[in-house]
Amino acid sequence: MLITQIGNYSLILGLFLSIFFIFYLILILYGFIKIKLNNIYSILFIQLFSVLISFFSLIYSFVISNFTNETVYNNSHTTKPLFYKISGTWGNHEGSLLLWLLVLTLFIFLFFIDSKKQPKIYRLYTLVFQQIIILGFFLFVLFTSNPFSYIFPVPLEGLGLNPILQDPALAIHPPILYLGYVGSSIIFSASLSALVSKHINNFWAQHIKKWIFISWIFLTLGIMLGSIWAYYELGWGGFWFWDPVENVSLMPWFCLTALLHSILVLEKRSELKSWTIILSITTFSLSMSGTFLVRSGILNSVHTFANDPGRGVFILTFLFILILISILIFFFFQTEENVRENKIYWLSRETSILVNNWFMIFFLAVVFIGTTYPIFLEVLTSEKISVGPPFYNKLLIPFLIPFLIFMAIGPNLKWIKNDFKKVNFYKFFVFIFLCFITFIFAEKFKIKNLFTIILIISSLYLLISSIGDLIFKRKNISQNISHFGFSILILSIVLNGILSKEFSGNMKIGEEVKFYNEIIKFKKVETFNRENYKSVIATFEIENNKKKLILLKPELRIYNQPNIITSEADIKSSFYEDKFLVFSVLKKNNIFNVRYQVKPFMIWIWVSTLLIIFGGFVRLIKIK
Amino acid sequence: MVGKKVKLRIIFLSIFLITIILSLILILKSLENEIVYFISPTEIKNLSELDKNKIRVGGMVKEGSIKAYENNISFVITDFKNEITVSFTGAIPNLFAEGKGVVAEGILRDRNYLVSKKILAKHDENYIPPEVKEALEKK
Repeated sequence: MLITQIGNYSLILGLFLSIFFIFYLILILYGFIKIKLNNIYSILFIQLFSVLISFFSLIYSFVISNFTNETVYNNSHTTKPLFYKISGTWGNHEGSLLLWLLVLTLFIFLFFIDSKKQPKIYRLYTLVFQQIIILGFFLFVLFTSNPFSYIFPVPLEGLGLNPILQDPALAIHPPILYLGYVGSSIIFSASLSALVSKHINNFWAQHIKKWIFISWIFLTLGIMLGSIWAYYELGWGGFWFWDPVENVSLMPWFCLTALLHSILVLEKRSELKSWTIILSITTFSLSMSGTFLVRSGILNSVHTFANDPGRGVFILTFLFILILISILIFFFFQTEENVRENKIYWLSRETSILVNNWFMIFFLAVVFIGTTYPIFLEVLTSEKISVGPPFYNKLLIPFLIPFLIFMAIGPNLKWIKNDFKKVNFYKFFVFIFLCFITFIFAEKFKIKNLFTIILIISSLYLLISSIGDLIFKRKNISQNISHFGFSILILSIVLNGILSKEFSGNMKIGEEVKFYNEIIKFKKVETFNRENYKSVIATFEIENNKKKLILLKPELRIYNQPNIITSEADIKSSFYEDKFLVFSVLKKNNIFNVRYQVKPFMIWIWVSTLLIIFGGFVRLIKIK
Repeated sequence: MVGKKVKLRIIFLSIFLITIILSLILILKSLENEIVYFISPTEIKNLSELDKNKIRVGGMVKEGSIKAYENNISFVITDFKNEITVSFTGAIPNLFAEGKGVVAEGILRDRNYLVSKKILAKHDENYIPPEVKEALEKK
């Protein structure tokens, strides 16, 4: 069909533009051609436009269920609701890469408009590096995963989108995560070009900070959406499983968060230049290797989707080349830190940010080793292992305690040098007071683990101290909001972890089970026919000791194409706790497998993450 | 004589190195204790001694082997060579069915019996865990 042709050829046009553009820019940089900004704007715009056309033609193919297109055939179905036809465009490998490309070209266009005040050479070099990445993605899309390949004979019906992906949170989760990933590519190119054009200074830091915040906001939001989806769709009742696919999105986040802090030092004090560059290179490499690991099928994950090893090899080669280039540039264009002028004192804001970075890198190392160790072990000894949550809990929790305390103290220190005498001692009394309260609390709820108690104390300390700063100082509102959000996040995760209760077992219709001070009653099961699935809805009544009734109606969806059953948990959220119920069928008899969970402070995990993001957003607006 | 500045740098560098080495040792040590090995029913039969730690067993759920009791279910994992009976308590993923691939995590009671509290769910109905695929190809 014509629409597939249009999509395909505009992609090829984009590829050639990219090659031409790299040569054009190099000729300008070596002084063979005079620079004409208008030309650059129009090339960037045409490239963006061509990718946009090809993206919309793919969406259009999905909407009209054009099964001559292989991607549409593999991932769509005529009975699918329109919303999921459209989100199906990026729910698959080919389409998601096209989305990567679209965001890449969009961001470079915006970057060029935004960087008007920066030196010309720096802007041009950034374009060169970014175009190399874009070229790589064009080649990758066109040669290993073309979304516009034909299928013949034309099938009458598509294979359908995996029902587990037919979900609003998951429809927007990939694009948002990609905005974060692609944002890190801009930071990467900009850092390399700043190295080459010797432009690493506070002026540059001020300008790149905006992009760091943008990608950080999107990355955090993307991770959160994925986590929310896992919570209510996968039916396990957890929000983070330390699964390799999840870890892969968390690793660039640690790095980006470290970068977010160290760029402030570069902006205010012109220090940590090389370190900032290393962080931006690492963030992007981690984002890329994330895509590689997820798509290559190397990871042994519960989230595994169908995949193709050939693609993995391409991304790995591409990644290798990019890292090699960046390391070479890093060594040959090394900037000199002006150590002599600026001395770093032990008690200063710089040092505290450095401490933050050390912790972030440690967390990163833990997650990195936990994720990649099984892969290496399998290659070397062909032993198959997996690393579970206990590993992460054991290594991360003890280090969270000093981390939280530094988070409370650090922001109150002054730049350059803080006088020890000026450290606020009244906060010390707050700390002791908190210890006292927490021990009473722990006694009441019978919390025995000392680590947990100390963790609660330190996150409460951060909470109080950031509220205090927010009210009394009002100097750095965005940072206070984010740190405040982080303290609530840790607090609610810890309380959620230790106070959660779970019942799981097999039940028949009409049966009753006693669970702590509640009674779970299995009332009935009804069946309905929906647009593209059959829905089985069960009704449960939860009666607590005050005779108060709560109705929970979990659902099973039996999809016809592809033939998959998914569970939709029913969750009653409240200020204090979530009640989570999910059920599944056991063979074809009348016994149902039921899982009921009471999860305290669940909603606060999402609220606090939103607060953290909001803090970043406030800062972004304040950057002019 | 070593100057004051050089001395400071040496101290800083050694602290830096010690921290890195310590954290690596810490990470690798805990890794040793927290890994879960993946084995097939045939490998269990050939074990010289029973592992007291958690393991993962992968294979296919044998046709007609799922039995539901009041609080648990039992089923048989097979790699078409050897079999192992699994007793399972907990929530069952939707893609768990007879004749499909499965990975169960638990503790071995003897060479024929695994007590499990976790079955791993996969997103894709045609999905076979890589380990199972390999075990199947080997046969």
